[in-house]
Amino acid sequence: MRGTLRTLRMPRRGSVTSPANAVVGGLRQPSRRNIELGLLVGAWLIGAFGTVQVAWATTEGMNQRLWITIGVVAILSLAMHVTLRHRATYADPILLPVATLLTILGLVMIYRIDVAAALRAERNEAPLPTPDVYAQLTWFSVAVVLFIAVLILVPDHRRLQRFTYTFGLLGLVLLVLPLAPVIGTTVNGATLWIRVGGFSLQPAEISKILLTVFFAGYLMEKRDSLSLVRSKFLGLGFPRLKDLGPIAIAWAVSLGVLVFQRDLGTSLLFFGLFVFMLYIATQRRSWLVLGGLLFAIGAALSYLMFGHVRARVTIWIDPWAYADDSGYQIVQSLYGLANGGIFGAGLGQGFPNFVPFANTDFIVAAIGEELGLTGIFALLLLYALVVERGFRIAISVRDSFGQLLAVGLSITLALQVFVIVGGVTKLIPLTGLTTPFLSYGGSSLIANWVIIALLLRISDRARRPDVAETTPDEALTQVVRRI
Amino acid sequence: MTRPILRTALVFTLLFIALLVNVTIIQFVRVGDYRDRPGNQRVLLEEYDRERGPILVGSDAVARSIETGDTLRFLRTYSDGPLYAPVTGFYSIVYGATGLERQENRVLNGKSDLFFIERTEQLFAGRQPLGGAVETTIDDRAQRAAFDGLQGKVGAVVAIEPSTGRILVSAQTPSFDPGVLSSHDPDEIRAYYAALKADPKKPLLNRPIVSLNPPGSTFKLVTAAAALASGKFTADSVLPGPATYRLPQTSTDLRNWNRGPCAPGGKLTLSEALAVSCNTAFAWLGNELGADALRQQAELMGFGTGFEIPLRAATSRFPQDPDPPQTALSAIGQFDVRATALQMAMVGAGIANGGTIMRPFLVQEIRAPDLAVLKTTEPEVFEQAMTAGNAASLTEMMIRAVEKGTGTNVRINGVSVAGKTGTAQTGNDRPSIAWFVAFAPANAPKVAVAVMIEESGVAEVSGNLLAAPIARDVIEAVLR
Repeated sequence: MRGTLRTLRMPRRGSVTSPANAVVGGLRQPSRRNIELGLLVGAWLIGAFGTVQVAWATTEGMNQRLWITIGVVAILSLAMHVTLRHRATYADPILLPVATLLTILGLVMIYRIDVAAALRAERNEAPLPTPDVYAQLTWFSVAVVLFIAVLILVPDHRRLQRFTYTFGLLGLVLLVLPLAPVIGTTVNGATLWIRVGGFSLQPAEISKILLTVFFAGYLMEKRDSLSLVRSKFLGLGFPRLKDLGPIAIAWAVSLGVLVFQRDLGTSLLFFGLFVFMLYIATQRRSWLVLGGLLFAIGAALSYLMFGHVRARVTIWIDPWAYADDSGYQIVQSLYGLANGGIFGAGLGQGFPNFVPFANTDFIVAAIGEELGLTGIFALLLLYALVVERGFRIAISVRDSFGQLLAVGLSITLALQVFVIVGGVTKLIPLTGLTTPFLSYGGSSLIANWVIIALLLRISDRARRPDVAETTPDEALTQVVRRI
Repeated sequence: MTRPILRTALVFTLLFIALLVNVTIIQFVRVGDYRDRPGNQRVLLEEYDRERGPILVGSDAVARSIETGDTLRFLRTYSDGPLYAPVTGFYSIVYGATGLERQENRVLNGKSDLFFIERTEQLFAGRQPLGGAVETTIDDRAQRAAFDGLQGKVGAVVAIEPSTGRILVSAQTPSFDPGVLSSHDPDEIRAYYAALKADPKKPLLNRPIVSLNPPGSTFKLVTAAAALASGKFTADSVLPGPATYRLPQTSTDLRNWNRGPCAPGGKLTLSEALAVSCNTAFAWLGNELGADALRQQAELMGFGTGFEIPLRAATSRFPQDPDPPQTALSAIGQFDVRATALQMAMVGAGIANGGTIMRPFLVQEIRAPDLAVLKTTEPEVFEQAMTAGNAASLTEMMIRAVEKGTGTNVRINGVSVAGKTGTAQTGNDRPSIAWFVAFAPANAPKVAVAVMIEESGVAEVSGNLLAAPIARDVIEAVLR
């Protein structure tokens, strides 16, 4: 509303400096792309400052490659911004800068951990390890290409609804792909990866998007029958027995992932996502209760039956007893966080590489050590902002499929952040999940950027002035849009 | 679908709040617990990752850090470790730090607020902060003289510059090598530490400032000061000094050290009584003055105060509510009177300084990594313990004690030395403790010294025999 008033006061200036503004029924609908650009510049500055700080503090010094890195990040995010100007003019202006800032923070931290690894190798006179930051930068480029591709290839998110079952099938296949012979790979006990050519991929990351689309489409179709109430119990209406099929299948698949791939995090993520989406689609709280019940049963069963689950819980309850072996990671993570305190040791001045997998699962611990409680708060608020924008988009978009899709994508992000950050900070047992945008690893980075692209697409649809209903201004709108 | 979406949003809001609260608990509330956990190497590594500043005696670094090239980047080394151990303490990965290494840790590791400007510069220059330097008040030659004199004995020496309170000597035997405790080999450290702990002579004890013993006859300086302060006595007041003094309300006789009367006829002046260290006269004097007057005088001179130099010294004490026989014994530094060598050096320094007791201190200056002086300790008055006239009068008595009395072994050619001996009984199985308190030159004192010998292996313990020569060497070293 404030934006509208402002443009009313200064109509000329608005139309000249902001070519992407459209006029609807005599009122301008600001595209807010300039706000986005401004925020993006802010994100670059923070990133450049962080990089310089690491370079100074670790006596690495500023070298040419560093400037190239900063430049590449700027160009990549600018490319996304330009794509939005042309392809999703009315998209949410906050998501891109915030996701970019998160990616930049990840790059800075990965670079910082590279430096630590190099220093350690130097001290031990071992061969220098390959820096991960350039690989991550390459993955970011791929993610940007996919981001742009999604926005171009999917001009309207409702088209995805047509692929509901295709995506569902594809999602399931990708989920179980690591179990396939030859290409499937087991790393650190979890069978999550596939190896194609020289690359290893984590198909579950892609699968979570496909399955979200599937859930959205499927629940859209079935929500009427799923929300039928058969019996009342404890004041809650419970569904009919024959409608229990879908949740039972989701539960079984999640347990399957847990058993065969030994991946607690992914299992939790899928089941949680499905239950929340089911609840939102049907508006029946009984699904949440049922889901919670099934989760409890699953958790209890796997605790009793599987050693790896039991080990996780034991470590969670008393990591200090296992500080030298299985609890080493989490204990080091806590020490790191404590070392950071409120303001952090300062970039380049902590010991983040003490925590194994510092640049993947435990990158939040590294940030907590060097940027402190302040840094973690900022980080979590950035995530909260992304999720909040996602929920807001879900509420504002008009079609149910879009609503479900937006809310589902937001939930995957939120759940993932909660599960991994909670695990690293010992709030809940540790499960291996990547930290969205921050963790080193291509699949995760690409998948999360695709989520952002889809959310932006939906938000563009939500805010776009409906062309068909504003015939008097149609010509003007189109002229403006061509510029 | 807005309502379930909002409800779901609420659920996630709560989950995020849980994350924030949890991380606040780790990084703010329980941060100390985690940092102090024995397995936490970070705090240690961070300390060892920066160049710790030196501890200086004069311009020499007696403790400094050298780069090693291994995981613990800097190694703490000590030139003359045992000589300066009571001053420097040690800096161990296993047992933490003691001495100045502990007290001035924030200066030495560069985290003190004094270095705010330097730290800011370093932050922007991206360098690891360097530690500052701690310059002590120790006089190298005097410290060596004390340490050499103490060899073969169990004891301590403290010397103070009377006009300022600067501690010129803080030496002890047996001592230990802080270099071994500060090594990077935990097994070696543990073995050495266990051996030190097992030693009945307690080499790890900071003897000069912590070891409390009855001061014996050196406490007569306090009793004499109280007598002068009372106005009822002067240096020339005649006191009874018979061969024995019947402790009031008892059938116990107190004897003099020569087992005879202090003077022919059993009467002598206060001045003479101090010179010959007359027990019967001072025991009588104690009850004439009363326990309160004695305690008041003692407290004016530092008894009852825990000094931080900045190392924490033990609190010397005068007994609470002694009855008359106990008062008589207290007046000659027995019964429950306990003093550190530091305390008795302060008594000497106070008399030397016209009655003004200066607060003792061990750190002269704090310097930035570039050696610019950031803080200089200003001398501070502790108490005006007696009038200048009484101090002069007491000084005369002490000169007499050196020239004609019990403290002859402290005499130095061409220098007028004021001194007082002491031999304190400690109990049945422990040897007596030999004391000597002295200052010189008597007319313009530059140094006051207290020597305390707890064990010497010699059968006949006497302050003049065991302690006075060390006091003399220390005085000579300072005056030379």
